[in-house]
Amino acid sequence: MTPQSDLRARAEELGQSLPPLLAAAEHLAAAIMLGEHGRRRAGMGDEFWQYRQVHAGDSARMIDWRRSGRGDVQYVREREWQAAQSVSIWVDPSASMRFTGDKARAPKADRARLLALALSVLLLRGGERVGLMGGLTPPRSGRAQAERLARALAQDGAEDYGRPETTGLAAHGQAVLISDFMGDLAAVEDAIGVAMARGVRGALLQVLDPAEEDFPFDGRTIFESMAGSLRYETQRAGDLRSRYLARLAERRERLATLARLSGWQFTQHHTGQGAQPALLWLYRALEAGF
Amino acid sequence: MWTLGAIGFTSPLVLGALLALPLLWILLRAVPPAPIRRRFPGVALLLGLKDTDTETERTPLWLLLLRAAAVAAAIIAFAGPVLNPSQPKVTPDLPLLVVIDGGWADARDWPRRIERARLIVEEAGRSGRTVAAIRLTDTPARPEFQTAQPVLDRIAGLSPLPFDPMDADWIAALPEGGFETYWIASGLDHPGRSDLLAALQGRGPLRVFETARPVVALAPVAFKDGAVQIRGLRQPAGTQMEVDVAARGLDPAGIDRELARATLTFATGKTETEAALNLPPELRNRLTRFEMAGIRTAGSVTLTDDSLKRRKVALIGGSAGREGLLLLSPTHYLRQALAPVAELIDGSLVDVLKASPDVIILADVARLTAEENNGLVKWVDAGGLLLRFAGPRLAASDVARMEEDPLLPVRLREGGRALGGAMSWGSPRTLAPFAETSPFYGLSVPAEVTVKAQVLAQPDPDLAARSIAMLEDGTPLVTRKALGQGQVVLFHVTANAEWSSLPLSGLFVQMLERLAVSTRPALPEAADLAGQTFAPQQVLDAFGVLQDPTGLPGVPGEALATGQPGPDRLPGLYAGEDRLIALNVISPETSLAPAVWPANVPVEGLEAAQEQPLKGSFLAAALILLAADVLAALLVSGRLSGNLAARLGLVLALLGLAPTEGRAQSGDDAFALTATTELRLAYVVTGDMRVDGLSEAGLRGLGQQLFGRTTVEPAEPIAVDIERDELAFFPFLYWPVTADQPLPSVQAYGKLNEFLRTGGMILFDTRDANTPGGTSAEARRLQLIAAALDIPPLEPIPTDHVLTRTFYLLQDFPGRQNGTIWVEAAPPDAEQAEGMPFRNLNDGVTPVVIGGNDWAAAWAVDERGLPLYPVGRGSGGERQREIAYRFGINLVMHVFTGNYKSDQVHVPALLERLGQ
Repeated sequence: MTPQSDLRARAEELGQSLPPLLAAAEHLAAAIMLGEHGRRRAGMGDEFWQYRQVHAGDSARMIDWRRSGRGDVQYVREREWQAAQSVSIWVDPSASMRFTGDKARAPKADRARLLALALSVLLLRGGERVGLMGGLTPPRSGRAQAERLARALAQDGAEDYGRPETTGLAAHGQAVLISDFMGDLAAVEDAIGVAMARGVRGALLQVLDPAEEDFPFDGRTIFESMAGSLRYETQRAGDLRSRYLARLAERRERLATLARLSGWQFTQHHTGQGAQPALLWLYRALEAGF
Repeated sequence: MWTLGAIGFTSPLVLGALLALPLLWILLRAVPPAPIRRRFPGVALLLGLKDTDTETERTPLWLLLLRAAAVAAAIIAFAGPVLNPSQPKVTPDLPLLVVIDGGWADARDWPRRIERARLIVEEAGRSGRTVAAIRLTDTPARPEFQTAQPVLDRIAGLSPLPFDPMDADWIAALPEGGFETYWIASGLDHPGRSDLLAALQGRGPLRVFETARPVVALAPVAFKDGAVQIRGLRQPAGTQMEVDVAARGLDPAGIDRELARATLTFATGKTETEAALNLPPELRNRLTRFEMAGIRTAGSVTLTDDSLKRRKVALIGGSAGREGLLLLSPTHYLRQALAPVAELIDGSLVDVLKASPDVIILADVARLTAEENNGLVKWVDAGGLLLRFAGPRLAASDVARMEEDPLLPVRLREGGRALGGAMSWGSPRTLAPFAETSPFYGLSVPAEVTVKAQVLAQPDPDLAARSIAMLEDGTPLVTRKALGQGQVVLFHVTANAEWSSLPLSGLFVQMLERLAVSTRPALPEAADLAGQTFAPQQVLDAFGVLQDPTGLPGVPGEALATGQPGPDRLPGLYAGEDRLIALNVISPETSLAPAVWPANVPVEGLEAAQEQPLKGSFLAAALILLAADVLAALLVSGRLSGNLAARLGLVLALLGLAPTEGRAQSGDDAFALTATTELRLAYVVTGDMRVDGLSEAGLRGLGQQLFGRTTVEPAEPIAVDIERDELAFFPFLYWPVTADQPLPSVQAYGKLNEFLRTGGMILFDTRDANTPGGTSAEARRLQLIAAALDIPPLEPIPTDHVLTRTFYLLQDFPGRQNGTIWVEAAPPDAEQAEGMPFRNLNDGVTPVVIGGNDWAAAWAVDERGLPLYPVGRGSGGERQREIAYRFGINLVMHVFTGNYKSDQVHVPALLERLGQ
């Protein structure tokens, strides 16, 4: 197969896969309609905030004549101050996210992308600017951005475990990191450190497969990482279960501690569960930061 | 063939491959199960963990054992194992003599004995040996060695005989030359058995076949301590066993019924047990026999004769009003003598006559009123025994002076005489020995019995014939005359010690016994019976069933007195001149002794151990083990996830549970609900799968026809086990009779009789097309089954029976065959009324319908409603099937509507239809 035809095939595949992903994300987002988040004070914006009496110094153009015509006092119509936020999202593209413990379940990456895109759709609808970390897709607003995000999210990485990238992180904005966090946690700590330095707060979402939580293996087994860089052989996998689970819990605890210290939010999500609670959690986590 | 215990191997060399098993052991130990490769992101967390247990690097021990067992099973399978390989013949060229005991004890499992004998003879026939078969109860006759076929024909027709084998007589009749003997023995010892055994062993090898089933027998009952004592015997002694004994006799209507029941309990390790049955005299006097319930041998039946009967004796004293000393009372000694052995009645003569006593004793009663006189004459005429004693009153009266009184045997001289008193010459007289014609013949006369006074008889021509006891001077002491069917006996002395010392002696009691006043002892002495000939009234066959003795010769008393039945004296009830004697298989002295065989005689059970190749079983075991190994290997290597294991477990569980019978697990309530929520036709389970399936299909077909044609809309038929299930739910039972059906238990009979009494109906179908005379195996079985059922007299169905018109007008009642059917007999006084086409017959439903027309086969349909079996030929056959359905519908209608169609209201309509 020539590289050209290969490219075309992949492009078509992508073109076919994108609308379903986007549609699924829209569908998920439709379940949550919270409206735009105002700043709870008068300022620039489209939404009505309050009427107030005319002060000295207000120009005649600012008077709301419809309201003032009903009495003897002139009123000025104030609007709520609205400001667009920049949200940067990182979805782990690494090979480990492509694991699934059951053929009937989608890989972790699917769920991570769906959540990321649905969140983006929600934010874009709220007028925020959404972009991806890594600098390729800078934060922008508008519906067209959703399609650009979808296209960018479809990229798969080749490495075994992902490292969060901090390039393109908008200062004083918000950040969302979605990964299984199975790789080196030092990279995550570094990334959060960089984000903190730029005044960015945000949320960590750990997406795991139920098989990773259960460790339902037994017998003589050779475990390999998804890209094959790591290899481990055991005679009786069942014996390892408790120790594996202990390590997993320890890792989760470390992430939770990291989030707590840096003022971020952290939660865990299993692909065996529905996507909506996770999306709701993400949305609330971001809203708290606005 | 090489044998190992009960298992032989056709190709034992293959077993050598078992030596290779250790090799497999080493091989398997060396090769651990292959690892699985898994992609798993969590591997990052596993890095650095160590395995705690390195044992599993090798195959686990249990898996190794499993595999070794699988291979071993396969190797053994190919070595050709055979269970119970046929034993090599010791001397295949000798002729074979099959000896069958054939006594009463064999009756308990006679078919199995005959089957075993048949197998033996057939096998001998296959190996070309000549065979002879003898039954030791036969009269000895030298047997001829023949080919197998005629012997087979002969033994098929043999049946046991109700007495002990005559082993000793056969010794002389054994065939010439050497032969091998197979002895099918009853397990009991008989006189002469060891001699015959020695004789047989002298001729060639001997092999014995015995059953372990105990022989149970009933000893003759005795009356002791106011109760009937029942004694049971068994051999060998086993664990605790209970046997019901039914006491049968005539009910007041003269029908043979069970009158009482006792339970004999054999304690563990005991061969004898006793039970007492307390019965009122009325009932006890009617007893005719005792039977062990459910055991069918002549030994389990004991007939009763006079010995159990207690005479009813009325004592009338002449001086009832006198206040005297007790010892002077005329009846005191009689009372003492008779109280233990007879029922005594007191009262006035007129009252006593109404109680119909067997014996009336008048002690010194001279005058009777005309009413009393007539009553007594009539009573004696009908068979009563009047026993009179003389005394002062009789001596003083003028009764029978001039002419003979009907109630006195002789004319009496006035005054009597006194001997040995102060005013007389003579001394008290003693008794003369009894004459041969006297009923007292044989009794010894004690010297101390003396007579001081007596009444004297007038000399008459027949005085000598009437005297049955005399004093030494020849004067009669006891006289007797027959009157009608009864007799009058006069003792010429008083019944107290006033005139003689006779009432004080033991002779007095014996004389009363001889006169049948008191109860006879159980076993008559040979001298008692000598010279008499006894005619058989009833005889028993070896199965304990009473047979008609017509054509059997009388038996001399001496032979009866031996107490042992034989070919010329079958066990049964024999009637002599004045007494009934029961000859039972078991006499009071009989004890059952086990047959003991010498150590060098091989003893086998009756069950022929069939050769059974085990190759298939072993191969199946190997396959199952290999299948288990597949699962185990998956389990060990971790490829068997929990979910899959659960599913496999479920499948295995289902396989294991599948063949269990649904009915067995459902409780009584479930059965009751099934039986009663809808109307169901029911059939009795026979145990024969084919017959049961046919019954179900037949009732299904009949049910469909009923559903289509009538308002009776039955659901699927239901199988009924009469031992276990409640019968009250069903109006109607179809009972196909098979030749090998087990007899119902006592409880089941109780339920069946209750069912019949409360309006249920049973259709018995022998399916044998009414073989003439009821001689088919099924018919004989039906006779056995129905013997204990409460079935009224039967008759072939009359043309005006209500069954002919309960729904359809029918005159034939065919199934696949067309024979007569039997229903309850019409009352004898049923008469056809003027202008009525039908008699007004039974006021109710006939409780049984018996026939052999194989109705179920004619009714049977498959799941699609098509007939299962052809009936007749062509359209005529289809017509017959239609009539069979109509019979079934009529029958069910009859069950439900009873005699409704006998109602006169319908007569005009029926007449009109009959006219067409």
